[in-house]
Amino acid sequence: MFTADLLDKSSQLRRKWEDEVKRSVEKHADQKESWTTLSDMDIKRLYGPEDIKDMDFARDIGYPGQYPYLRGNQVTGYRGKYWTFRMFSGMSTAVETNLRWHYLLQAGQTGLSTAFDFPTLMGYDTDSPRAKGECGKCGVAIDTINDFQDLIKGIPLDKITTSMTINPPASVLWAMYIASAELQGVPLNKIGGTIQNDMLKEFIAQKTFMCPPDPSVKLISDTIEFGTHHVPKWNTISISGYHIREAGSTAVQELAFTLRDGMEYIEDATRRKGLHVDQFAQRLSFFFNAHIDFFEEIAKLRAARRIWARALKERYGAQDPRSLWMRFHTQTAGCSLTAQQPYNNVVRTAIEALAAVLGGTQSLHTNSLDEVFCLPSDSAVQIAIRTQQIIAEETGAANTIDPLAGSYFVEALTNKMEEAAWEYIHKIDDMGGMVKAIERGFPQMELSDAAYKFQRQIDSGEKTMVGINKYVEADEQTSIPIVDIDESIEEEQLRRLAAVKRSRDSRYVAQCLEDVRQVCKKGDNVMPAVIAAVKSHATVQEVCDVYREVYGEYRDPGIY
Amino acid sequence: MADLGERILAGDIRAASRLIRNLEDGMPDTDLVMKEIFLRTGNSHVIGITGAPGAGKSTLTDELIAAFRKKDRSVGVMAVDPSSPFTGGAILGDRIRMMRHAEDKRVFVRSMASRGNMGGLSKAVGESIHVMDVLGQEVIIVETCGVGQQEVDIINHAHTVIVVLVPGMGDEVQALKAGLMEIADIFVINKADRDGAGKLYKEVLSVIEMSAKDRGENGGWTIPVLMVESVLEPHKFAESVAILGEKIEEHYRYLVDNQLIEERMRNKTAAELNEALWASIMQPVLQDLSAEGEFEDMVDLLMKRQIDPYTLAKEVATRYMKRRVLTVEGPSADQSK
Amino acid sequence: MPRKLRVVIAKPGLDGHDRGAKVLARAFRDAGYEVIYTGCHQTPEMIAAVAIQEDVDLVALSCLSGAHRYLFPQVTKLLKDEGADDIVVMGGGIIPEQDHAALYEAGIAAIFGPGTPLDTITGWIDENVQPRE
Repeated sequence: MFTADLLDKSSQLRRKWEDEVKRSVEKHADQKESWTTLSDMDIKRLYGPEDIKDMDFARDIGYPGQYPYLRGNQVTGYRGKYWTFRMFSGMSTAVETNLRWHYLLQAGQTGLSTAFDFPTLMGYDTDSPRAKGECGKCGVAIDTINDFQDLIKGIPLDKITTSMTINPPASVLWAMYIASAELQGVPLNKIGGTIQNDMLKEFIAQKTFMCPPDPSVKLISDTIEFGTHHVPKWNTISISGYHIREAGSTAVQELAFTLRDGMEYIEDATRRKGLHVDQFAQRLSFFFNAHIDFFEEIAKLRAARRIWARALKERYGAQDPRSLWMRFHTQTAGCSLTAQQPYNNVVRTAIEALAAVLGGTQSLHTNSLDEVFCLPSDSAVQIAIRTQQIIAEETGAANTIDPLAGSYFVEALTNKMEEAAWEYIHKIDDMGGMVKAIERGFPQMELSDAAYKFQRQIDSGEKTMVGINKYVEADEQTSIPIVDIDESIEEEQLRRLAAVKRSRDSRYVAQCLEDVRQVCKKGDNVMPAVIAAVKSHATVQEVCDVYREVYGEYRDPGIY
Repeated sequence: MADLGERILAGDIRAASRLIRNLEDGMPDTDLVMKEIFLRTGNSHVIGITGAPGAGKSTLTDELIAAFRKKDRSVGVMAVDPSSPFTGGAILGDRIRMMRHAEDKRVFVRSMASRGNMGGLSKAVGESIHVMDVLGQEVIIVETCGVGQQEVDIINHAHTVIVVLVPGMGDEVQALKAGLMEIADIFVINKADRDGAGKLYKEVLSVIEMSAKDRGENGGWTIPVLMVESVLEPHKFAESVAILGEKIEEHYRYLVDNQLIEERMRNKTAAELNEALWASIMQPVLQDLSAEGEFEDMVDLLMKRQIDPYTLAKEVATRYMKRRVLTVEGPSADQSK
Repeated sequence: MPRKLRVVIAKPGLDGHDRGAKVLARAFRDAGYEVIYTGCHQTPEMIAAVAIQEDVDLVALSCLSGAHRYLFPQVTKLLKDEGADDIVVMGGGIIPEQDHAALYEAGIAAIFGPGTPLDTITGWIDENVQPRE
């Protein structure tokens, strides 16, 4: 990458610098012995040309819109369009959520993102005994298409893209969205959005699961196939690293496991459905965490782009350049927020968001300062949106594309992360793939070990969390306004659900559910039957129970 | 302590668990209860499940519970996991795979930490099996942690021993410790969907053949090798484990029909007698010797090589034999104590 | 011989965020306790049944979904119904201050929120929970 002359000169100057460092440190020691990233990667005091001399400019760095896309997919960067300001939200009832959505759209949000409550996430209805006490606590409760209609009331589905964070019952919720579009008269090739629909990370980290891995992956391939043929603007999967990181993984593990999950989905869809990778790769999207170690996160996101491009081209033989683009949404790290001195969280979120922007994210959610306690209040969520707007309009961070390219440090760190990630990827390949690795408990154990190690480091003071183990306020009185979810919400939802069940044609519903059952048994694509079922007012649980019946239920194997 | 016995006989699971705890912690006076319990034991079918860590024993046990419950049998499970040698604590992670039975009143799952007993199953485990027997559990499954001598010791406690193997865990048959192949009444190849299952099956069969020729006995019972599919195909898994359940019952019937039950339990009973003797004889002697520091004095003498341990032991033995009423010779011994 | 403390760590309800529960399991093992980890998606009925079967001294509940208001008191109620309210129950996760009073009323002995050092938790246990006779 550099001329011999330059390297020579640098070497000379470096030696001089090193000598002075030595003298200085003898007189005045460094504050601590080891300087690592949040994920325990060793960082040098200084980086120079030597650290990236083996890079090949065209092969490894290049230009935006050119393979391997390190500097970005879009040739115009953010000048053409800022990243989407997409705030994750769900407010217990569909009606409340709809209000919050209109509020956010007015405040400047440009895409919708849906948070569901736990019963919905797990494929249960509000009237299930498993759902007692859980209705609406951390998102919106959706039992039937009636709820869904309330959710999207007044939202033009052909103009706004919507992301739905839903996993085991993703096919069912997507079916409701599709059915709602049909009712609005919007053709399916016009609707855009994302369903998270990533089961592998559930088995690894988030633990909202329903059926075992193999049928779960099959249902995902069904959605990929249906989207490819009928809903071309829809991202049928958001391959997620966010949750893996929240569960305690290192940055490298987040990177490696997420990308390897993506590869597993490609392999299944091509093998099971006979699709060619170019038919659907453009609709695979990703979801990463933006944690507090600024440079580590930027390097991680850049490395992700390059690894994915290389994998798609070399491993999977993609021909269409757009198949090689990694597009991702980022959310600032929930686990970096503290309940102690919560206003500090505004600062953390801002820095994390900046890292995501410098990493080239396509869409961003910024956490609200009170999310450690509850669903965010209006005022807290407004600060979160303003954070993004300030970054976009005041800081100049969006002025130029991939501003940190060429930095000795950032390029060296990017390379290091890529290398470490490939090691994990190959290890998992050797185990026979991600499903097999999960069966063995490999990624889960890695996570557990990393999480425990981190906690020990915090407890010992080796790592700092301001307000927790340093700069602590004794007798802190927190008095930020907190959103309280009323128990009456559950009662109200139960009434609504009962009313739907009374007024629908139950024989027709049973017939539709039987159709779903048959399709599952035959191994055909479930989407058409599920769309018909939700239109008949079948509930989320009723469809999911059919899945459970045919495919079996997955139980937590308890890897600690 | 005393009323624990009554409550256990009445089927109180909490009382049983409490007694097991007292046994684990070595509380004094557990003898008082165990005396009554011992007389009433012998009704349960005890099944031992052993094999290397990661073989999937807990998942198998979970499905076996379901299979036995379908036949309305009450089940007890002792799931033994290793304690940390450094901290003495333990994470007992077997039960998590059996949670679907948590509310079934006829299933009693008890997690136990090995507490350093790697030389074999602890005395507490042996006694706890009696407790479950008397509580009324018709089938008792003892799942060992698959490390150390515990694996083999199970033969002294169980009527039916199941050895669980998994393909691809590395030259298992060759690496198997001596004894493990010989104690099995049933072999299970778990996760049989994995590569190498067929090969492992053949290897196990040939080992069975060879050892049958060597030993000559066990002529009546052909040791079966059962394949169990991945738990991730729940229906198939349940089916193959149901077959395992059948085989287990078949084995028990074989033992009963051929009057082999007593023989199987003889070793355990002899060991129990041994332990009780030790507790009655050695423990009080050792306690006496420690009371005034005599034990330490003896060690000092030995350290100086002024005397040898064999002589010392004989002296102690003679002293105590004279003191208690155990002399065989004649009335010349001092019988004052 | 000193008695060993037996603890159940459980996640009631549908919340699957088990990072804290797993870290706690290891910390408890390192503190010398015998830990029965029952994993996520447990009902209060299952948790109470396990606590009794395993004759534990302490039940540690973790919930991050906001459903603790119903789930935690349900566990203490079930233990009481079975005459096992001598078992200490503690809670952790996302439990806003305003909910603490009601939980203490319902029999929860201690609540440890995010950011609590592990030593604080084991320290509290060593002081306040004894192996039962």
